[in-house]
Amino acid sequence: MDLRYTDAEEQFRLELRTWLASVLPDVGPPPARDDWQARRDYDAAWQRMLFDAGYAGINWPAEYGGRGATPTEHLVFLEETERARAPYVGMNFVGLLHAGPTLVVEATDAQKTAHLPGILRGDQIWCQGFSEPNAGSDLASLRTKAVRDGDDYVLSGQKIWTSFAHVADYCEILVRTDPDAPKHKGITWLILPMDTPGIDIRPLRTMEGSTEFAEMFLDEVRVPVANRVGDENDGWRVAMVTLSFERGTAFVSEMLQTLELCRDLAELARHITRGSATAWDDQGLRRELGHLAAELDALWALTKRNISEATRTGLVGVGGNVFKLAYSDLRHRLGELALRLLERASLSLDDLGELPTGRHVQGRIHGISISIAAGTSQVQKNIVAERVLGLPKDR
Amino acid sequence: MDFWLTDEQQALADMVAAFAADRFPPEHTAVTEDTDEVVNPTAWSALGELGVFSLTADGMGVREAAVVFEQLGRGLVPGPLVATWLAAGLIDGAADGTVAVTLCEPQPDATLVEHAAMAPVCLVFTDEALWSVPTASLRPVRVERPLDAGAPVWQVTDDVNPAGLGGTQLASGEEALTLWRTGVVLTAAMAAGVAAGAGELATAYAKEREQFGRPIGGFQAVKHLCADMLVHTEVARSAVYAAACALDGASDDDPGVAVSAAKVVAGEAALANGRAGIQVHGGMGFTWEVHAQRYWKRAVTLDATFGTADTHALRVADAL
Ligand SMILES: Cc1cc2nc3c(=O)[nH]c(=O)nc-3n(C[C@H](O)[C@H](O)[C@H](O)COP(=O)(O)OP(=O)(O)OC[C@H]3O[C@@H](n4cnc5c(N)ncnc54)[C@H](O)[C@@H]3O)c2cc1C
Repeated sequence: MDLRYTDAEEQFRLELRTWLASVLPDVGPPPARDDWQARRDYDAAWQRMLFDAGYAGINWPAEYGGRGATPTEHLVFLEETERARAPYVGMNFVGLLHAGPTLVVEATDAQKTAHLPGILRGDQIWCQGFSEPNAGSDLASLRTKAVRDGDDYVLSGQKIWTSFAHVADYCEILVRTDPDAPKHKGITWLILPMDTPGIDIRPLRTMEGSTEFAEMFLDEVRVPVANRVGDENDGWRVAMVTLSFERGTAFVSEMLQTLELCRDLAELARHITRGSATAWDDQGLRRELGHLAAELDALWALTKRNISEATRTGLVGVGGNVFKLAYSDLRHRLGELALRLLERASLSLDDLGELPTGRHVQGRIHGISISIAAGTSQVQKNIVAERVLGLPKDR
Repeated sequence: MDFWLTDEQQALADMVAAFAADRFPPEHTAVTEDTDEVVNPTAWSALGELGVFSLTADGMGVREAAVVFEQLGRGLVPGPLVATWLAAGLIDGAADGTVAVTLCEPQPDATLVEHAAMAPVCLVFTDEALWSVPTASLRPVRVERPLDAGAPVWQVTDDVNPAGLGGTQLASGEEALTLWRTGVVLTAAMAAGVAAGAGELATAYAKEREQFGRPIGGFQAVKHLCADMLVHTEVARSAVYAAACALDGASDDDPGVAVSAAKVVAGEAALANGRAGIQVHGGMGFTWEVHAQRYWKRAVTLDATFGTADTHALRVADAL
């Protein structure tokens, strides 16, 4: 066990850092939250810069235009881009980290040629059509139906939580092709061009008031059979392929932001007055924040363990679930502490003049979503208990 | 000892619950939330007509008020309810619902006043006294995106010196202290109501929502979340009723400690249930349309009003 980076890894870091320092001064600030076209252009432009510099698809195999970096290099990449405050992957998320990797493994040559270069260059924005109103934790019970009609599938149904649906070019969508088969056996994975007639997108307002998620209604939407990835009724397996691409790096950016959030909270406490002293003079608060900071350091260490495990074995084991569970819980507690520290200043979602309340209050709300999105904590615990510990099933 | 609601108190609770559901259904308040005045004047006068603000004049005590405010919290009724209740009898029009009165609690880094647009008068507690000031004299500026859309806030950046702002001293000494403590208890009562409301909504959803071919409430993980919410609520209610008894002289407990304890326990119950209520709703809990998140937001608002659980916990500790 050794936490130090190798010379090659440090060399990679140095080159990347130099490149970031040379290009970032020309990258402007991100556009307003609800200016979708501007956000798309911004994210695409950044992706193009990464592409031109050879950093696009950092973890994709080189033969498909990626960099073929090791998990540790991927970690270094995320550390450095975060440190330099480079743009976030943004709307390229689904394409680069979800649909793209699936296509790499499962798609036909024609499909690969049609999509992979576009995703890497930032020309193609993808969204995800997996969850449905009645298929969340039980995703495999999804009901959006696809009926074969000649060379097309005809899709009808409803998807939810489809981020950026209104600006995306393609959607990776899971549909039910065999309603009579056991639920995991009747699902198919399709590439849905978002300009196909019959798609109705309605924004879904989150508790923070933002509308980057959407509901997608499909009414007799025709998708060529040629857009099928994998076999008919084999879509569940195809969807799971993406998971095998996870090398422990999924939450690295989040972790880095949370480490910073924690430091910022300490800084804020040093500056605000409570009673006759600063909030930081309150030993109770310092102790609590110390507990959280210690746990955060431990989770950062766990992240590195997970990445190392993936480097050796090709997969993240139980550490992935452990991370998600511990991190969700920690974000709840960190967020609650922040609101308690802010007292009445927590009643604003934005900064109050000089007081940087916005990131802490919005951070709290983001924290609420982490124990729900990508598998709720309850379901994660069942997975750990049943699949790892071998305890009897709950259902 | 008979530490249980009397038939009259129970009837009062039922009446207010029915009123809240009828006049302030969450579907309705959600619509008005995006405006400056989340409470329309007609609905506010209806609260006055119901007698919510004139309980004392009608011969009732803090116990009855606590029962009423618990239901207002449970129904997510918006508005500067506690401050207006405290102002009844001290400021003309407060008792009958013609004048809404809000509260300004100065905080060194950020002073935020709720519902400033609908309330022409604002209460300010200083160390020795209770004052009222014209809300406009505080030069409040609307905070664009409040956390709790049902409790919009305005920022006050000037020093809040009631005497210098043309304020009127309403009470001092013991009298002011009792009013402040009553404010703490009624806020705690609303928090206990929020805890209850969040738990009820989540439990109903857990019975109805199906995943894996059965109601999610059938999964022990969800069942336990719901059970915990009930536990938090009942403990909070007990603390609130005990504090109300202490203020009414119907208890031998120290009223100062009892009200602080109620604020700690009810505030934490509301926050915990608000959070668990969202979790039980899964992704839908994170959406604006589903009311689960509104209980959590109201819990944050109430915790930050009349002293947070943290500050009251220190008061309780100091009494040990
Ligand atoms: C911010 C955010 C972003 C999202 N992004 C995406 C996305 O990009 N793509 C996508 O496809 N989806 C996305 N989702 C949806 C997310 O995956 C689902 O919300 C999640 O899987 C839970 O499903 P559900 O909302 O239907 O809740 P439900 O499954 O209805 O769960 C409700 C409650 O029941 C519990 N529960 C359910 N089953 C069990 C069980 N077997 N045992 C114990 N408890 C159980 C849950 O823990 C939860 O508390 C997102 C959600 C959020 C909040």
